Amino acid sequence: MRRIVSLYLPTWPTDRFRRRYGTPPADEPLVTAMKEGSRRLVAAVDAAAHALGLRPGITVAHAKALVPGLHVVEATPEEDAAMLTELARWCIGYSPLVAPSPPDGVWIDITGVTHLFGGEERLIDDLVGRLARQGIAARAVVADAPGCAWAVARYGESKIVAPSGCVGAVASLPVQALRLPAVTVDALHRLGIERIGQLAALARAPMVRRFGTEAAFRLDQALGHAFEPIDPLVPREIPMQRAAFAEPIGRLEDLKGVVAHLSTALCRDLEIRGDGVRRLDLILQRVDHKSFGLRVGTARASRDAEHLAGLFDERLETVDPGFGIEAVVLVASRVEPLREEQDTHPLAPRRAPRAEMSRLVDRLGARLGPRRLYRLEPMPSAVPERSVRRIPALAPASQQSWPPNLPRPTRLLDPPEHVEATALLPDHPPAFFVWRRVRHRVAKADGPERITGEWWVGENERHSIRDYYQIETDKGARFWLFRDAPADEGGRWWLHGIFA
Amino acid sequence: MTRARQRAALADLRQQIERLDGGVRHRPVLPFGIPALDRCLPSGGLALGALHEIVESGPAAEFAGAATLFVAGIAARLDGPVLWCLNRRDLFAPGLARAGLHPDRVIFAETQRDREILPVMEEGLREPGLAAVIGEVTRLGLTASRRLQLAAEASGISVFALRRWWTVAERDLALLPTVAFTRWRIAPHASLAPPAPGLGRARWQVDLLRCRGGEPRSWILEACDVTGRPALSREPIHPAHSTPVRRAAGG
Repeated sequence: MRRIVSLYLPTWPTDRFRRRYGTPPADEPLVTAMKEGSRRLVAAVDAAAHALGLRPGITVAHAKALVPGLHVVEATPEEDAAMLTELARWCIGYSPLVAPSPPDGVWIDITGVTHLFGGEERLIDDLVGRLARQGIAARAVVADAPGCAWAVARYGESKIVAPSGCVGAVASLPVQALRLPAVTVDALHRLGIERIGQLAALARAPMVRRFGTEAAFRLDQALGHAFEPIDPLVPREIPMQRAAFAEPIGRLEDLKGVVAHLSTALCRDLEIRGDGVRRLDLILQRVDHKSFGLRVGTARASRDAEHLAGLFDERLETVDPGFGIEAVVLVASRVEPLREEQDTHPLAPRRAPRAEMSRLVDRLGARLGPRRLYRLEPMPSAVPERSVRRIPALAPASQQSWPPNLPRPTRLLDPPEHVEATALLPDHPPAFFVWRRVRHRVAKADGPERITGEWWVGENERHSIRDYYQIETDKGARFWLFRDAPADEGGRWWLHGIFA
Repeated sequence: MTRARQRAALADLRQQIERLDGGVRHRPVLPFGIPALDRCLPSGGLALGALHEIVESGPAAEFAGAATLFVAGIAARLDGPVLWCLNRRDLFAPGLARAGLHPDRVIFAETQRDREILPVMEEGLREPGLAAVIGEVTRLGLTASRRLQLAAEASGISVFALRRWWTVAERDLALLPTVAFTRWRIAPHASLAPPAPGLGRARWQVDLLRCRGGEPRSWILEACDVTGRPALSREPIHPAHSTPVRRAAGG
C-alpha cells in the first residue's frame, strides 16, 4: 500500500524571510508584496497578519490601511521555489522519494520506511517538530493518495488518513481542495456544490460533460482511484573515489601512484556526468585513525586525470604518513559542467591563451596559492598607486591598457620616500636631491604633471595635489619625483618611482 | 674500418661539436632590428629558447628600472603570454605598458621567498603555450642556470633572469658565472638634450658581457619605444664604446 506525506508550509515566503534576516519579530505582521499591472498586491501573509484579517490578493495600500505598522517586503517567487527544492532535498533524510510541490509543499513517499521512525505519527511529528524549531510553520498529513494528503493537509483536521480511508476523509472538504482552476471552482459553487462528497455523488457522465475531464481526474486523485506519480528529486551525488589497502602504505611514490589511479577513475566518472573538477579534496586516512586532507583548486573545470593528480605532487611531500595510510579518498568537492571541445586543426588560428594557460595556472596555484598568481588591470584613476588592480590570472582579457604616452616608471616605491631637495626657483624642478643619503645632481627635468587627489575617495584628498617631475641626474639615472603642494605652501619632495 | 663506419663516426663527432656549441647555428632568433647589434649576435638576433641574464648597473641598480624596460621590450615583441615571477612588490605595470607589453599578456607569479622563484620559472618553462618566462632573481648558480637553460632549450621558451639585490654582498652574486646564453648589462646614460625644453628619449649603455658564439660588445642605445624596440643612438659613438671590450670569463 502506498503511503504519501503531503507537507504543507502555509507561511513559507514569510518564514523564509524571517529565518534569513531575523526580523521582524514573529508577533509583528509581515506580508510580501508583488506587482500585478500597476497595483501592488499582497502575495503572502504570515500568521500574525492572517490573524489580523489580511489575505493574499488584497492591495498593499488596503492592507496598510487596515493594519498600521505592517511590514511589507518584496516577494521573490523564484527564490522561494528554489529554496523549496532545497528543503525537499533535506527531506530526503526521511525517504528517498521526495518531490517539491510548489508553491508551498513537499511530497514524501514514505512507503516502507515508517518503521525506521517508529510509525507514521512519530515520523510526521518529528518532521514538523524539526521544521518548527527552525521557525518554519508546517503541517503534514499521511494518506494513501497524494491528492488526498494534499487536500487534508490544507483543508482538513486529521494528521493521518487511515489506509483505504481516502473517500471518507475528503468527502467533507471544500471543493477548493481538489487543486482545480478557480473558474471550475466558481462554476461548482454556482451550482451549490460546496463539498467534495457532493461532487462525488453526482452522476459521472453529466459531471464530466459539465465541468470537464480535469474535475473528474482531480476527484479521482483525491479519492485515491487514479494513480498520481510523483517525480522524485535525484539526490546530488558528490563524485568520489576511494581506495583501501590490505597493508598500510607510506612511501611517497606509492601515494602518488594511488592518487594517479584514483584520479583516473574519478575522471572516468566525471566524463559520464559531463562535469569537470573545480576543487579536489584528497583525504588520507592513517592507521591511527587520524585523517588529514589536502585541497587543490583549478582555474577552469578540468577532467585531465594526469594534470589533476599532478596538482597534489608538491603537497604530498608534506604528508606525514605515520605508521602508514590505510585508505585514500579523492573527492571532487566542486564540479562544473564541462563540455567536450573540438580540437582545432593545425591551420586554424591559435586557441585563446586562457585555455592553454589553465594548466600552468593550476600547477603554480597549487604551489604558491591562487592569490599569488594574478594579472594586473588598469583602473580608471590618475593616482599612480590606484591605477593598477589585481585580477585572477585567467580573468577574461580586458583589452585595456594604460595610456602609453604618459611617463610612468617601471618601479614604484610604495610608500613614496621623502627626499631633501633644493630647487633654484620656487616652482621649478629641484637642482639637487638627497635620496637614501646619496646626493644626486639634476641635469635635466621634465614636468610638472599635476595629479590631483580624488575627492570622492575621502575628505583629506579634496585638497591634495602632486606635481610630478621626471628627472635625469648627471649620471643619466631617471627618477620620478613629486612635490606634495606648491612650493609657496611648503611642498615637500618625494621620490616615487625609478625609470632607470 | 669501412667507409660507412668512418662516416658514422664523423657524423657523430659533428653532432657532439654541435651539442657543445649549444646548437648555436640552427636556433630561432628574435632580431632587435638594429643592424649594429644584431650583427654581433649569433644568427643575427637574440636566441629564443635560451636563458638570458640581464644585470643593471648605475645609481639605482638595485631597482633594475632600465633592465626591466629592456626585458619588457623584448617580451613585447614575442607572441603569447608571459610569466613574470617576482617576490618584491615594486614593479609598476603601467611602466611595462610603455614598452608595448600589454597587461593582458602578463601573468604574475609572486613567491614568498626569493629561492622559490627559480622552481616557479622552471615550472613555467614546461608550459608550451608561453612566450617567455621572466624571473627577478638574486641567486642564480651554475646548477640552477643549467637547469633553466636545458628546460628552455627543450620547450623553446625564452627565459630572462633579471638580477635583483638589496645588499652589496648580494650584488656581487650577480658577477658569479652562470651558463646563460647571453649576459647583458644595462646602465643609464645621459640622454641627448632635445631641441625643446624637457627630456628626450632615455639612453642606455648596453654591454653584451657574454654571448655564446659571439663577442662581447657595447652600444649606446635609446630606450625601448612603445613597440618595445630600442634604437641606436644618433650621437656619433664614442671610440671607447665602439671597440670590443674583452672581459674575463663570466665577467
